[in-house]
Amino acid sequence: MSTVNLTMAILLGGLYAGGFYLILQRSLMRILLGIVILGHGANLMLQLAGGPPGRPPMVGDAAPAMMTDPFPQAMALTAVVITFALTTFLLALAYRAWLLLGHDEVRDDLEDRRIRRLERRLAESEEDEEEMETEATQ
Amino acid sequence: MTALVALPVLLPLMAAGLSLAFGRFADIQRVLGLVVLGAIIVNAALLLYVADVHGPIVLQLGGWPAPLGITLIADRLAALLLLVSSVVTFAVLIYSIGQRVADYGRGTSSTTFHPIYLMLCAGVSLAYLTGDLFNLFVAFEIMLSSSYVLITRRTTATRVRPGMTYTIVSLTSSILFLTVIALVYAATGTVNLADLAQRVSELPDGLQSSLGLLMTIVFGVKAAMVPLHFWLPDSYPNAPAPITAVFAGLLTKVGIYAMIRTQTLVFQHESTWQLMLAIALLTMIVGALGALAQDDLNRMLSFLLVSHIGYMLFGLGVYDIAGLTGVILYVVHHITVQATLFLVSGLITRHTGTVALSRMGGLAKAAPLVAVLFSIPALTLSGVPPFSGFVAKLALLQAGVDAGTWAAYGVAGGAVLTSLLTLYAVARVWSRAFWGRPQEPAGDPDPSDELVVGTGTTSPAMMVASGVLAATSVLIAVAAGPLADISGRAAVDLMHGETYRTAVLGGGAGG
Amino acid sequence: MTETESQSPGEQEAWTTWDTPSERWLLSGYTRDRRERKILLELAARILFPTVLVFSLYLLFAGHEHTGGGFSGGLVAGQAFVLRYLAGGRMDSSSTVSLQPPVLIGVGLTIATFISLVPLAFGGTVLESAIYTFTVPMLGQIKIVTSLFLDIGVYLLILGVVLDLLRTLGSAIEADVAAVERR
Repeated sequence: MSTVNLTMAILLGGLYAGGFYLILQRSLMRILLGIVILGHGANLMLQLAGGPPGRPPMVGDAAPAMMTDPFPQAMALTAVVITFALTTFLLALAYRAWLLLGHDEVRDDLEDRRIRRLERRLAESEEDEEEMETEATQ
Repeated sequence: MTALVALPVLLPLMAAGLSLAFGRFADIQRVLGLVVLGAIIVNAALLLYVADVHGPIVLQLGGWPAPLGITLIADRLAALLLLVSSVVTFAVLIYSIGQRVADYGRGTSSTTFHPIYLMLCAGVSLAYLTGDLFNLFVAFEIMLSSSYVLITRRTTATRVRPGMTYTIVSLTSSILFLTVIALVYAATGTVNLADLAQRVSELPDGLQSSLGLLMTIVFGVKAAMVPLHFWLPDSYPNAPAPITAVFAGLLTKVGIYAMIRTQTLVFQHESTWQLMLAIALLTMIVGALGALAQDDLNRMLSFLLVSHIGYMLFGLGVYDIAGLTGVILYVVHHITVQATLFLVSGLITRHTGTVALSRMGGLAKAAPLVAVLFSIPALTLSGVPPFSGFVAKLALLQAGVDAGTWAAYGVAGGAVLTSLLTLYAVARVWSRAFWGRPQEPAGDPDPSDELVVGTGTTSPAMMVASGVLAATSVLIAVAAGPLADISGRAAVDLMHGETYRTAVLGGGAGG
Repeated sequence: MTETESQSPGEQEAWTTWDTPSERWLLSGYTRDRRERKILLELAARILFPTVLVFSLYLLFAGHEHTGGGFSGGLVAGQAFVLRYLAGGRMDSSSTVSLQPPVLIGVGLTIATFISLVPLAFGGTVLESAIYTFTVPMLGQIKIVTSLFLDIGVYLLILGVVLDLLRTLGSAIEADVAAVERR
């Protein structure tokens, strides 16, 4: 078990909060930035999981017991690569959306809205509950 | 011998590489894909046999011993699911080749579909076979990033939006997964599942449950359990039929598998798990009611998929050998059935030219074969007696009743209700699409139609693929006895983690 | 050169562009729009390109015992092409790399997975590696770790990925923009 120092804890909190805030935006570019920031947060967390910072990472610099845990670094490296790949994918997707739609907004579920409209229309016309449900399914 | 465990991951990867390199030769890609996926079926069957007779097969990659190196392990559960999944991926590949030939002619090659599809298969295999939490993350990423590409391939203006939703939700859950891994590593200093099993039990209770809950949320997003399911009916229906079929059949089940694996091996619960039962009930009911409200065939099937995830959560919530046996049976049955339904839905929409149920009709006469192909998985899904859904549901209900708590009784009641609602939902499809008179295309076609429907021609290969899957689900019902036995043994393995732990860590004290 | 001649200015050329270079600093004959050229960058790219490639090979071979490996080697090699792309634009990078990036990725992936299965033939397990040392006259003792071959696959794979990124997010978008401008 290792505990994190305060600076890192605050930094992590900031990264996660900022990331999630950006993810909740409409524009895909902001969401992309949010994912990047969240990814940084997660990777920093992985690094911190390996113990306190400042220990030598390379073989030969210190006694094995004094060295930093290489395992989280290996995991973080893999995760960084994955985040990088998905970031480029999202970039390409945002570009495609911009080409096709003229914007990169992430919209609501269209069909869901259609069904909700249908239901509202049915509710407005005076019918009793049961019929309403059967017709909503049509 | 042990290399058999690595082949289901490495072969598709290698085939993906070759497929990319031969991007211009459609026939080579097709043969390669079929041969490799066929080989994996055989491989998985062998694994299942060996795992059942001799116990789990463990491969330490590169010969590095367990807690440090990467472990691949095939126990009964993993091998069984791998076998079913590989049958599905094989059939779906046949279907999509058939669809492609029908749409674009025989000669057109695709530089992306085959390699990415094979990558997806590799990711699914790795997720089943991995014995370490971080590798599970990698497997999820391989699987999901392939799925992002598949779902956004050839997007049109209307299809790019659902692709975005899907990608963002999955990415967020992946980052949460990474966070959980970091927390688990910080708490225990290992990510090897077998090693974790021991070390997590030494942690304080509160920490254990919070890590376990976080993990449940992560896998819950992937498995689409109810408060976290919203992305699924939005995104899945917008992909082409074979893609949706493989997503619906496999991706959510991999989430369930990960949940079963971590909940049984690492974060164990002593008794009936109330929260999971509540979520299971909610998932069943919300999914089924959502399905009833839909007019779009694929969306309806997606909601049914969500609803039936609830059954698997139910068995997991009951948390005893009978419950887990039920879950395993249910997963096996559901993988084939849901994939078949989506494939058949592809056939239906090709005949009718629309996904809207209100504009279909008269298919029973126009395409009797499609009607038969639809009726089998539809009846199976709703749990009508001779089919496999009945066997799996019965096992789950019995487990629920045997558990004997009020919560379990309640959820069992909900399960029966959901079954009825499912039957109602598929019967509605039947009466709308297959009976009545064929309808003329309406004046204002649904804008989402053209992209799902394709050119409207079907080919024998697509029929055969759907038929093979439907036959598989019938076969599951026929072989219900032995299957239930093996699921039972797998469940015993799950409840008693020692087999798994000693297999991975060796006979010693471990850790 | 003829290309630049044909665009060459008359009296009426704007004062902002009269001193833009028209020499061929890069290997290929294409140049991007003259106003966007940067001599320092082009010269640096010309000099650095082979150097960086050699360095990437060093990383590839040093990987087993020192910092480096197939992944970082491939990335560094990719950076060389990124530099070229930055200096020369889409015409340049597409004309020097005749190999299709997907093919490169495919070959790399195939090599890496195939190599991981090779130890099975010698009775080892998947992904196991062995170390061979032998003496070559003139060069002295050479130590080869079989994981090097896996690294070569990874190197090609990563290089292919970077080139593919350059192609799809770089030159393809540039081509789109150019097409829009022409319209």
